[in-house]
Amino acid sequence: MKEKPDVLQGTLALMVLKTLHVLGPQHGWGIARRIEQISGDLLAVNQGTLYPLLLKLEHEGSIASEWGASENNRRARFYWLTGAGRKQLQAETREWEQTAAIIARFFKVKAEDLT
Amino acid sequence: MKFLRRFFIRLSNLATGRSDDQRLQDEIAEHLAFQTEENLRAGMAPAEARRQASLKLGAAQTIRERHHDEQSLPLIENLLFDLRYAVRMLLRSPGFSFIAIATMALGIGATTAIYSVIDATLLHPLPFPNPSELVRIQDDLPGVGAQGVGISVPEWRDLESSGIFQSAAITGTGANVNLTGSAQPLRLSFKQVTPNYFAVLGVGAQLGRTFDPHDATPGYNLEVVLSDGLWRREFAADPHVLGRAVRLDNDEYHVVGVMPRGFRDQGSTSDEQNVELWLGAGFAGVPFPPPLRDSRLRSRVVIARLKPGLSITAAQGHLDALVESLKKQYPADYPAQTAWTVRLIPLSETVVGSVRQSLILLFGAVGLVLLISCVNVSNLLLARTSVRSREIAVRQAMGAQITRLIRQLLTESLLLFLLGGIAGFAILFSARKFLLRWIPESLPHMNDISINWGVLGFALAVSVAAGIVFGLAPAWLMSRLDLTGTLRQEGRGSVGSIGRSRARQILVVSELALSLVLLVAAGLLLCSFGDLFAVQPGFNPDRVMAIETWLPGPNDPTMDPYQTATQEAVLLREILRRGRTLPGVEEAAVGDKDALPLGHSHPSRLPLIREGIETMDNQAPVIESPIVSPEYFHLLGMPLERGRIFSDQDIETTPQVAVINQAAAHTYWPNQDPLGKRVRLHLDTRGLLSSAKPAWTTIVGVIADARTESLADAVTPQIYRSVYQRPAKDLAIFLRGQLDPSAISEQVRKQVQSVDATLPVFHAETLDEVLSTSLSVRRFSVEMIAFFAATALLLAGLGIYGTISYVVNEQRREIAIRLALGAQRANILKMVLRRGLGLAAAGAGLGVAGALIVSHLMAGLLYGVSPADPPTFAGVTLVLTTVALAASYIPALRAMRLDPITTLHSE
Repeated sequence: MKEKPDVLQGTLALMVLKTLHVLGPQHGWGIARRIEQISGDLLAVNQGTLYPLLLKLEHEGSIASEWGASENNRRARFYWLTGAGRKQLQAETREWEQTAAIIARFFKVKAEDLT
Repeated sequence: MKFLRRFFIRLSNLATGRSDDQRLQDEIAEHLAFQTEENLRAGMAPAEARRQASLKLGAAQTIRERHHDEQSLPLIENLLFDLRYAVRMLLRSPGFSFIAIATMALGIGATTAIYSVIDATLLHPLPFPNPSELVRIQDDLPGVGAQGVGISVPEWRDLESSGIFQSAAITGTGANVNLTGSAQPLRLSFKQVTPNYFAVLGVGAQLGRTFDPHDATPGYNLEVVLSDGLWRREFAADPHVLGRAVRLDNDEYHVVGVMPRGFRDQGSTSDEQNVELWLGAGFAGVPFPPPLRDSRLRSRVVIARLKPGLSITAAQGHLDALVESLKKQYPADYPAQTAWTVRLIPLSETVVGSVRQSLILLFGAVGLVLLISCVNVSNLLLARTSVRSREIAVRQAMGAQITRLIRQLLTESLLLFLLGGIAGFAILFSARKFLLRWIPESLPHMNDISINWGVLGFALAVSVAAGIVFGLAPAWLMSRLDLTGTLRQEGRGSVGSIGRSRARQILVVSELALSLVLLVAAGLLLCSFGDLFAVQPGFNPDRVMAIETWLPGPNDPTMDPYQTATQEAVLLREILRRGRTLPGVEEAAVGDKDALPLGHSHPSRLPLIREGIETMDNQAPVIESPIVSPEYFHLLGMPLERGRIFSDQDIETTPQVAVINQAAAHTYWPNQDPLGKRVRLHLDTRGLLSSAKPAWTTIVGVIADARTESLADAVTPQIYRSVYQRPAKDLAIFLRGQLDPSAISEQVRKQVQSVDATLPVFHAETLDEVLSTSLSVRRFSVEMIAFFAATALLLAGLGIYGTISYVVNEQRREIAIRLALGAQRANILKMVLRRGLGLAAAGAGLGVAGALIVSHLMAGLLYGVSPADPPTFAGVTLVLTTVALAASYIPALRAMRLDPITTLHSE
């Protein structure tokens, strides 16, 4: 079996932040499902790994959480982006885009471009 | 910021024991419910829907663990776990814990004690800002074998303007002055210094000012700076003391400042460091000699502060160039054959240089004791491995990681070492007053020794370092257990792992070797110390007391009631006459301070100008010249070899005569008869004032050599003159007889002051005391090293006892089988003893090699004994072997008395 790439694991935090940014307050399962849908099952992480990460983000002050009621009236813990989290997301998005652009340029390069 | 925030939240969670596990479980339950619903909607059967939801979530237990790790700080949490476990393990075997902690407390406590002494002396020798810039400047005339001949005022001015120094100051070496006007004339330790002295040291006054560094008064500037102690004691800490007039030796001085409380002057003797008065002087006008290039200020010290950033080597280079150019400029003042040189010596060296070797040796010795205690505890830890190997094996079999196990075992040993260190420090701290009494007073900075935070830091650092180094080996060995072997064997008389028993043997051998090194060092020092005491000092200190007094020396000589020898002789003869009438006194004599045996670290030296050989001061060798009354030689039991000693008839108006010792005769008149030879001792305190050259002094007698300077060093040449021909100011009254040391001081004071009420009488001591004080630092280091060596021997004995017991215990079964098969009990005894002897032989072999290296390194501290002294080495090896055999004998007896039937049954 092929290992899942580490780089995706490392960006899980960014995905969580972005998801909360787009969708507003969400519970754990909601976030997990969104990430799964958007990544098209490529990122079949064990959904459970999300929870330690959420705790870490909460400790860092990027997100906050509280118990609430879900759309079908279930009790669920909702997470939302804080002001600091929003700033962090912006900064990380910019960084990520720069990195992606550089990598993309490297992939586009052909041998004749360099001579 | 984010990281810190996260860290502090986790830390507070850890501290408050907060856990969000319930919240996580609730969340997971909800999560599963959501997913199951979704799966049901996708058309799965209920059971399958739940199963798939769980699969998708992942292993719940792992998630909980990771969540918990995120919640808290796993590293610290584990450490706390380990600590709790370690404490429980220590409590479970209190005997073992006590011995281990006590051993470490001894090792670390002793090391810390010596460190506190070194901290106050070697590490902080000078309590002044930028101490590395401070140097002492010494003038030598190696061409005529003269050292420390003193500087002349023009030379000092050359140094000041040389650009090498920020500033250079001339200071006296500490002397006494009479403070009169108070109830009792006080004798105070004072120093004359050039006005820039305090600027060189970089210390200011707490009240008022110090001297103006640019003050150019040629003689005394009549300003005085007080020490804090004197100010509090004699002036009741009066803030208006500035400007007050004080009368010192009949001259009036004005107080200009008070030094800060902690200020201690530089210098190597406690007299110098306890200076209480500083007088500003230019050393160039009355009462000092005129500032000529060839009139050197003998018994003065020059200290200077180097330009910032200039190293001593570089400064010495510049200075050598300066000296060369001065020699060319003034060839008449610096004759080539004297080879005048000027040397820079770090000032710290002059303070602690004399004790450095002793202290480093002590630190080395105590380091060895520490090492031996560490090895011992390491050995104990290893011994416990055999008891705990089953526990470790089970834990490993259950899946404990090796790193985790090592970490836990290391925590245990660290705890043990740290507790030992803390206990050692606590004992040291509570016993510090008692321990300080052991330290000789002659040790520089004796009063600065304190058990402070730095010392505590040292103790803790040593404990941790030792704990890691010596805990790692047992932990590592323990974690390398052969699992199946241990688990299978356990409960059936185990055969300990070969690695472990080899490690134990290595430890014991090194322990024995280290103790042998220490024992040899102690043995050699004891031998040389014994020799020092057995050495014939050449004088008889028995029943002799010396009591000091000081005649005032006003700046204007005409004011001096004891200006001439004739005037002083009247006083002295009367004091001696009255002294002889005191109860118990059989003999009495007077001499100056230089005549006090072993009592002064800076004997003043005068140039010796032999008739027909030297013509100038600057070419002359220097010689020590005590001034004594005729009875001195008989009182101290120094026999006359040739000629005569001076008599009561040799007075100021008769020709000057002198007596020399044999060393002087051999050095300055080799193969000649010194009797009748004539000499001049130029720079005499009195001779300075008149420009006329002093008259010739004729040598009339030769007395036997006496080690009056130092018991450890060869006899130095001496030339004695009569106090009735050469008046002296700093006097010692010598009395021999059945004296009562507690009353004599008062009796003498009464008699002296009934002759002249302004004279102070102080510092009564027996010559036996003086003799013993002169050896006090040596005695201290010898006693300490002997103590450390005894400790090392004890520890080594315990170590070998433990190891042999362990070996016997492990071989119980084998021994029982041998016995059952008919082995002789004596053979069993021999077998075990041979084991101990083997270890002792290996340890002794290594130890002798190590001791040879160490003893050569400390050759400078030995006296009258060779570093490879065979009797010492043989004796010490014998002692060590005996102890090793005795320590193995007890377990060997136990092995011999094994009952084969019970042993084999119980296994």
